Parts: sequence; structure tokens; C-alpha cells
Amino acid sequence: MLAAGGEDARPIAGGHSLIPMMKLRMAAPTTLIDIASLDELAGIAVGPAQIVIGAATTQHDMISSEDLFAACPIIRETAEMIADPQVRYCGTLGGNVGNGDPGNDMPALMQCLGAIYVCESASGSREVSARDFYQAAYFTALQPGEMITSVCIPRPAQGHGYAYCKLKRKIGDYATAAAAVTLELVGGSVRDASIALTNVADTPLLAAEAAQQLIGAPLSEATITAAVARAEAITAPSADGRGSAEYRTKMAGVMVRRAIALAQSRAGEAQPKPAMPSSSSGAAAGSAPTQTNDDGGKGKGGFFGWLKS
Amino acid sequence: MAKKLITLTVNGEKHEVAVEDRDLLIHVLREKLRLTGAHIGCETTHCGACTVDIDGKSIKSCTRFAVQHDGASITTIEGMAHPDGALHALQEAFRQEHGLQCGFCTPGMIMRAHRLLQENPNPTEEEVRYGIAGNLCRCTGYQNIVKAILVAAEKLRQPEAAE
Repeated sequence: MLAAGGEDARPIAGGHSLIPMMKLRMAAPTTLIDIASLDELAGIAVGPAQIVIGAATTQHDMISSEDLFAACPIIRETAEMIADPQVRYCGTLGGNVGNGDPGNDMPALMQCLGAIYVCESASGSREVSARDFYQAAYFTALQPGEMITSVCIPRPAQGHGYAYCKLKRKIGDYATAAAAVTLELVGGSVRDASIALTNVADTPLLAAEAAQQLIGAPLSEATITAAVARAEAITAPSADGRGSAEYRTKMAGVMVRRAIALAQSRAGEAQPKPAMPSSSSGAAAGSAPTQTNDDGGKGKGGFFGWLKS
Repeated sequence: MAKKLITLTVNGEKHEVAVEDRDLLIHVLREKLRLTGAHIGCETTHCGACTVDIDGKSIKSCTRFAVQHDGASITTIEGMAHPDGALHALQEAFRQEHGLQCGFCTPGMIMRAHRLLQENPNPTEEEVRYGIAGNLCRCTGYQNIVKAILVAAEKLRQPEAAE
């Protein structure tokens, strides 16, 4: 159906991004395909090496899952900061990561966790890393006729530290700036770290160089300050009602600093990383052949790639 | 535009209603079923005045198409009082504790509070405040709304008040 509808067909699950966009006349799909009742698109499977979450799984479902919280608690922490209770009953992971809104919280978290999006269309299935998925505001690697069906997250090491810190003007608001941090401490030294930023550019940002500043040494004022500086350096926020660009860059740094401190306080002795299967496609939905994302970012697609200018 | 026939069970009563694809649920409830308890406040998913309970979830009915809920079971504020007309404990508590002034947000507040107390019958004040974060009130400053929900929660926990 999605393929038959062409560029103006969209899947709808929670509809809490799409319907407001339609009201604003920023989106005018001619065909909507309700996928909310497709059971195979919803659900959370926590495996020994990876976590697979169906695209139509709601934020409420993710918050409620004790298995998910035990394996990867930062997902609940982040989901609880999205919008308000009514919206979380409807809003889905697939919609949050797939529509390319830079204000959404899950995209940066998925970049931090190294998640893979399983994208399916009538012609097959492919996997796109969250770190390669976002091209510009509302422009993503998704092609017309294609949708995200599930998200695969490598299971973090037991004992890892984590935090999602979000500065917002009021509850329910998009972030002025937010940071997701995961840390693995072994014998007081940082074995691995990952940092990503929300809403301080027109895409989520993986702060790989910032994380690199932390790895291989105990956390210290010097390494944290270096990481904050590297994170601030990659931001490119716009000035809006949430503050000037300079302010939002500084707040991104503050969120990184707070998230590192909170992650450190929560970190135990990190256990060995769960071994990943040779290909993550084993647990992905569907058995269609996997192809790589060779788009190179040139052809801009995406859920809202057809936005009226 | 072609209309579709959908079935909605609202406050226990089954309705077959012809809707356009683009009809929002709040408009169908108010204009077709003449249930005007749920209000249209902002129509942008912010204010929560249109909150109704659908299959065990609090939903802002201005941000759902009616066709998405074919076959659903919906409770609105009109379905909260007992059949004999006695008010629900939440309605009673809002009245006693002055949990409303102009009353515009009240139907949404009560429907949200109802689901909150179903999920967490003994919430702390902080949990109440977090739980009603999707409902805006411009009159009360929330103080008496929070108090009313806590009073209702306590009353609903008494065995003789079993609903």
C-alpha cells in the first residue's frame, strides 16, 4: 500500500507528529496507512546481545517494560522526558526516530547507543545505522515507499553508567539542549564512552571526539572539560524562543557535563560487552535480503522529505 | 468526501457513525454524538482539555482521527457519574476541594486523573503533578486540582467506595 501510494503516502501509528504537521498544512499526504494495529510492528525483545524494539512500540510501552529497564535503563529515562502522559500513550519509537524532527529525543539516544534501524519496503529490507540516518531537519535516509519496522540496539555492558540530561523551558517542551551519555568503567578507568546531543543542530549529533576524550583514563576534571569543549564545538543551534545560539551551545556543554557526572555516579564495574552476532540481521524482522545504505546522503529522502516549502 | 461507517462504544453505548477520513475524534464526539463534555482548547496537543479514555489510555482526542478508533471503547466525562446520578469520587473531590474555577479544563483533568489513579491508586503529590503534566489549567495554579486528585485517590482506596 505504501508503495502504491507513491510519494504522498505515509504510514501513521501514533500520529502525534504527523497530525499536527497536517493541521499546520506542512504535510498533506493523500494516503495514510494505519499501522498501529499490526502486532508484528510492536513489542520489545531483550536478547543476550541486542534489544529489538518494534517501530510501533509506544513510549508508554517502553517506560512500562521492566526487562528493557533492566537491560538499558537510559531508554526509560529518555522516554519519560518526552512530551506528556497522553502523548506517550500514542507516540511510537519508529515515529520519533523516523520523522527526522531535530527536537525529538530518541534519535540522539539511538546514536549514543549505536542503534540500527531496520527499513523495509516492498522491494526488501535494509539496515541503516542511526549514526548515518539523519541528513537535515526532516530529511533522512528513508526512501519513498520505505518505513522503519524495528530498531536494534546493541545491549550495553552490565554495570554501565548512563544519563539523559535535558534542559527544557517547561515540561513537555522540546530540549533547549540535551545530552545522552553512556560510560563503562573498569577499575576506575573509562573503557568505553558514548555521547550524543539533541536539538543543537538540524540533526542529532554523535559527539564521537568528545567521547574519545574520556576513554582510556579515569574521569577527571581535565578529561571532562576536554569532552565538553569537543561537544560544544560540533553544535550549530539556531536561535529561537529557547535562547540564542551561543546560549544553547553552552547549555549543550552543561548537559554533557551533568550527564557524565550522573552516568559516573550510576556506573558499577562494567562487565564484558555482550558478544554481538556476526550480523544483526538475524533478529531483525523479516527475511528479505539486506542491502547497505549506499545513498551517501546525496538523494535526500525521509518521512517528511515531501514537506511543502 | 466519501464517508466511512465506524463503530464506537462510548460510555457503554454502541454507536455507528459515518465519518470522513479527516474527521478528528473530538469533532465526532462533540458534533456527531453530541457529547460536548470533552472540550476543544488548543487543538494542538498541548492543553489536554479534549482528553478522553480509550481502551485504557488517556488520549488527546484532537490529535487522533476518528477512523483510527473504529471498534474502540471510549469513556468521556459524561460516563463518569454513577447511573443513579451520584458523582464519581473524582468529580466530588474537584467540587469539594475547589479544583476548578472556570471549569474549561476540568473534563480533561478528571479523565486524565481517572486513568492515573487506575494505574497508580496511591500516588504521591509529585506523581500526581507529573501525571497531569499534559493538562493545562489557567485559573487554579493546580494546587487545588492536585489536592482534589489526592483526596479522591484516598476515597477510592477505601473498600466501601469500590467503583
